[in-house]
Amino acid sequence: MSAGRPRVGVITFPGSLDDRDALRAIECMGGEGVPLWHAEADLRGVDAVVLPGGFSYGDYLRTGALARFARVMDEVQRFAGAGGPVLGICNGFQILCEAGLLPGALIRNRQLRFVCKPVDIRVETTASAVTEGLVPGEVLRIPVKHGEGQFVAAEDDLRRLEEAGLVVFRYCGPDGELEERFNVNGSAAAIAGVRCEDGNVVGLMPHPEHAVDPDVGPAGGQPLFASLLSFALARV
Amino acid sequence: MTAHRFEVLVSLKPGLLDPQGKAVEASLPALGWTNVRGVRVGKHIELTVEADGAEAARAQVEELANRLLSNPVIETFRILSAEEARA
Repeated sequence: MSAGRPRVGVITFPGSLDDRDALRAIECMGGEGVPLWHAEADLRGVDAVVLPGGFSYGDYLRTGALARFARVMDEVQRFAGAGGPVLGICNGFQILCEAGLLPGALIRNRQLRFVCKPVDIRVETTASAVTEGLVPGEVLRIPVKHGEGQFVAAEDDLRRLEEAGLVVFRYCGPDGELEERFNVNGSAAAIAGVRCEDGNVVGLMPHPEHAVDPDVGPAGGQPLFASLLSFALARV
Repeated sequence: MTAHRFEVLVSLKPGLLDPQGKAVEASLPALGWTNVRGVRVGKHIELTVEADGAEAARAQVEELANRLLSNPVIETFRILSAEEARA
């Protein structure tokens, strides 16, 4: 990599939609975006990996259930296992849950309707690849657009992941209030994003890649990519 | 090798809220059925396995149901052979 400019791979699966926005967001934030292909067992030596949003394999069977068996995913598993930063956005989050890299699962929104709007999310921990340098309690405005974003887990698993501090983001009000009316899809404990034990793998339903350019909307995605880039850089 | 037909029934774990089941349940009273509760929506998958013997076939279905057809985080499954499904 060139000095100070981490290379961030974005995987395109059949049905990915937000791969280009993710690549653009990475470039906007000073990284080098590297397109990766689902059928190739090759991460091209990138310093971080993003699984973008979309509807991989048409969401058949379960969201993310088929994409997790793509050839590139063995490499993602290895990369994550070695501490490499991996960010899953929306469908990417669903794939990481299906792959067992993140706890829980995502099912149909409680209100059974697709939801598409800017939401506020509260940073719950800084011990993750996308929240380093942020402050717990900080509120970010980022859009969501999903029909199956309700985070669920068995009660025991939910307790375990709360105790271990694996919740990275919760849906909240503009001032960080946790109220059910701000819980945009009925997620358990208003969870919008989680991390793995080591913090290098993170998934969230909101789309930070759509929120890096203040000219066209909220810019709450900027600090997430800034953190991802510096996390990637620190490992090199 | 012989063909073995199975049905796999995938259901959401009991503790988990089922938004589809809820929606179906909520629409029943409008049709006059006010006495229905506990609607849960699952999946029904049929498949045929070529294998040496029913036992080997079932073991394979067990594995693929675990790895692909269901997500053990939120779902459970039942396997029925064609004979069991008819019974």
